[in-house]
Amino acid sequence: MSDALLEVSDLHVAYGQVEAVRGVSLSVPAGKIATVIGPNGAGKTTLLGAIMGLLPSHGAIRFAGDRIDGKDTEALVRMGMSLVPEKRELFAEMTVLENLELGGFARRRAGESRAALANTLEEVFALFPRMKERQPQLAGTLSGGERQMLAVGRALMGKPKLLLLDEPSLGLAPLITRDILLTITKLGETGLSVLLIEQNARAALQTADYGYVLETGELSLEGKAVDLLHDERVIATYLGKR
Amino acid sequence: MDFSIAALLTQDGLTNGAIYCLLALALVLVFAVTRVIFIPQGEFVAFTVLTLASFEQNKLPGTVWLLIALAATVLLAEIVAYRKEPGRMLRAMAASALPCVIAAAIVWAVFAMQAGFALQVAATVIAVTSMGPAIYRLAYQPVATAPVLTLLIVSVAVHFVLTGLGLLFFGAEGARTSAFTGSTFALGSMNVSGQSLLVYAFTVGLVVAMALFFKYTLFGKALRATAANRTGARLVGISPNFAGSLSVTLAAAIGALSGLLIGPITTVYYDSGFLIGLKGFVGAIVGGLASYPIAAGGAIFVGLVEAFSSFWASAYKEVIVFTLILPVLLWRSFTTTHHEEE
Repeated sequence: MSDALLEVSDLHVAYGQVEAVRGVSLSVPAGKIATVIGPNGAGKTTLLGAIMGLLPSHGAIRFAGDRIDGKDTEALVRMGMSLVPEKRELFAEMTVLENLELGGFARRRAGESRAALANTLEEVFALFPRMKERQPQLAGTLSGGERQMLAVGRALMGKPKLLLLDEPSLGLAPLITRDILLTITKLGETGLSVLLIEQNARAALQTADYGYVLETGELSLEGKAVDLLHDERVIATYLGKR
Repeated sequence: MDFSIAALLTQDGLTNGAIYCLLALALVLVFAVTRVIFIPQGEFVAFTVLTLASFEQNKLPGTVWLLIALAATVLLAEIVAYRKEPGRMLRAMAASALPCVIAAAIVWAVFAMQAGFALQVAATVIAVTSMGPAIYRLAYQPVATAPVLTLLIVSVAVHFVLTGLGLLFFGAEGARTSAFTGSTFALGSMNVSGQSLLVYAFTVGLVVAMALFFKYTLFGKALRATAANRTGARLVGISPNFAGSLSVTLAAAIGALSGLLIGPITTVYYDSGFLIGLKGFVGAIVGGLASYPIAAGGAIFVGLVEAFSSFWASAYKEVIVFTLILPVLLWRSFTTTHHEEE
């Protein structure tokens, strides 16, 4: 795919002798939402970690046409990639506002004005009004749903071109999960490209344009999200009967 | 002991305690950001006194050669590390070696111009501070993800190397710098030296400046973020090496400023830094290497204990001070939960 913002080809990631990701190739077209679904332990988080430069890997990763495999995470953030990790990785002893400000660290370092960041902050507050109310509160004291909002908000403060989300619904109540996924849909409509990793297959496929199924480190299936939603194998394994 | 002696000892203890306090804060900072127990902290203090003393004795400070040696080693390290990427090599050199080269030039220029005391002080602080990025780059950056124990052993090595270089470039002679002020003030029945007041004011000022830096500046927040969550910090674009280098550089600057304060009080030799730094370390341990206020309080307490024990049992002064650490460790081992290493 030539208009792909992110293109991963034949990616391998190993923990010592154990290969957790084996020859995965996928792409995220510009302005689209792609999702990788699969069971626990399929290698989804490992895949994202490798794309984001947190884990060493073999294979080619291209972002906006440039090879990025082997680059530092910090360099990828500067290039316009943001990861919302499964564990959120917030700065617990700092306030909500400070967490968000730090989300713009790379942009400030690149010389962007305070005003530009203040604009993004307003956009994040518009998306998550709850964060505006919680500004002076320490991130460690937030509820699970609020932490996820803050993690997404912090990632958005970097004005990424590509947002990588690792299990945003993990540990959240169904209603909050729905909210978060609706937000992701909204973000996709603004032209942001998203790679969404989810265990909640139905919700993920309803949100995404394109889907991949990852099983024991290998892609077993891919296709348009609507097609996967009606694929018998996906229904049998991941969606169950309605 | 009557009141006047107690007052004198208290004044003495607070003065030393204030200096230990600064060192303790630097140790907490470096540990929080990098997990390094920064044993070479005291060397910055010693190098500062020796550099300023050389200026005062109208000798070219050995600091010039020390800085050039550091810069040359760093250049070599960058060439080896980035031989395939010339662009990155130059950027890395500018960050780690250039400060040393510029500082060496400044020290040399101040010496050659026979500049006044204020410029000598400024050049000394710049020289010692600029060692920070080079030391981080050479010693800690290559092992940044290593376990705490490895980092501690590296710290011991850095301490010995710097002490050795201190002997080489400054010689075995001890030195004392002239006091910033010779005035004394009467406070009731007791005399307070202007130098002590200067130490208190300076310490309070620096602690406030640090607090403001961490609370309001982008880099201060970036250091706190790295201390709070390394992965999270990387995900917003804060490189661990940037944060580590910045924290060691701040520690060097704090060491230099502490050196200015301690120089007129104590005779300092090339290897005196260790003992001074170790007393700051006792303070930092009281704060569990995590809490700035408790570390500061602990360090001031160390200064007071030291002053009073030098009156009652001067031969056991150091023993008493370092024995302090035992009950603290015991108490902490019962009250704090053990943190798994990352």
